[in-house]
Amino acid sequence: MRDQRWWTWHIAASAVILVFLGLHMVIMHLDAVIGIFNPHGGHPIEWANVVERARSGFFMVTYIVLLGAALFHGLYGLRTILFELNPAPALKRGLNAVLVLGGFGLFVLGTWAAWQSFVLATTQAVAHTL
Amino acid sequence: MLEYKGRPNRLGIWGWLGGGRWGAERYLYTLHRLTGLGLLAYLLMHILVTSARALGQQAWQQAMATVAGAIFTLGEYAVFVAFAFHAINGIRLVLIELGIGVGRPIEPVYPYRTSVNVQRPLAVGVMIVAAVLVVLGGLDFFVLK
Repeated sequence: MRDQRWWTWHIAASAVILVFLGLHMVIMHLDAVIGIFNPHGGHPIEWANVVERARSGFFMVTYIVLLGAALFHGLYGLRTILFELNPAPALKRGLNAVLVLGGFGLFVLGTWAAWQSFVLATTQAVAHTL
Repeated sequence: MLEYKGRPNRLGIWGWLGGGRWGAERYLYTLHRLTGLGLLAYLLMHILVTSARALGQQAWQQAMATVAGAIFTLGEYAVFVAFAFHAINGIRLVLIELGIGVGRPIEPVYPYRTSVNVQRPLAVGVMIVAAVLVVLGGLDFFVLK
């Protein structure tokens, strides 16, 4: 039953990813075709564009939501594939621990980066107006 | 996930390569897993690289310089293609999981009919959408820039 619940979350996470990663891909990789959220023009990864997105509360929150959904979806998918190969019970427990700890560590790093760049970008914006 | 008691998954990952009577959908399943693994590997690296923006402009530009060049552009396009396929095929899988596009249940009366043929138009449709995205991405990556 527990795995059935995780599977439902896996599918729910895919819906979140579809929306926010879809938006991320359009901003980053269809910029010449559609071109949104790059107010300074040029490439989407130019610092001015990065700062402009980082100072938006919407992007800060959705990056963190996307990060959590993508890590869960990806790592649970990997766990499903690995468990289909019938590892020994001890190996299963080890894999669970590695995936949970690794996923949590990357989530903390990504969340810190989203928050820190939000603070950095808003501080820069205030400094510009002074 | 099912526990296999006394009936191990003997084919393992080699079973991914054989479509058997499942036909094209079986290969979409294999491709879905392969692209999923590729996207996961990219995600883990992407989190590490893009976290540099939190350290300021110089760190960001340094990080971006290490992943610049023709090989990385090709790799990025491969990630875009994998995303387009995985996302659009994923929509098909969710629809099927919800019982949409698989036809009505019928009595198992001989000669038996397979639901695979009922699902086929959905599979073809989503692959066309994925192909359009791949072409648009190709234009963006290699032509319009």
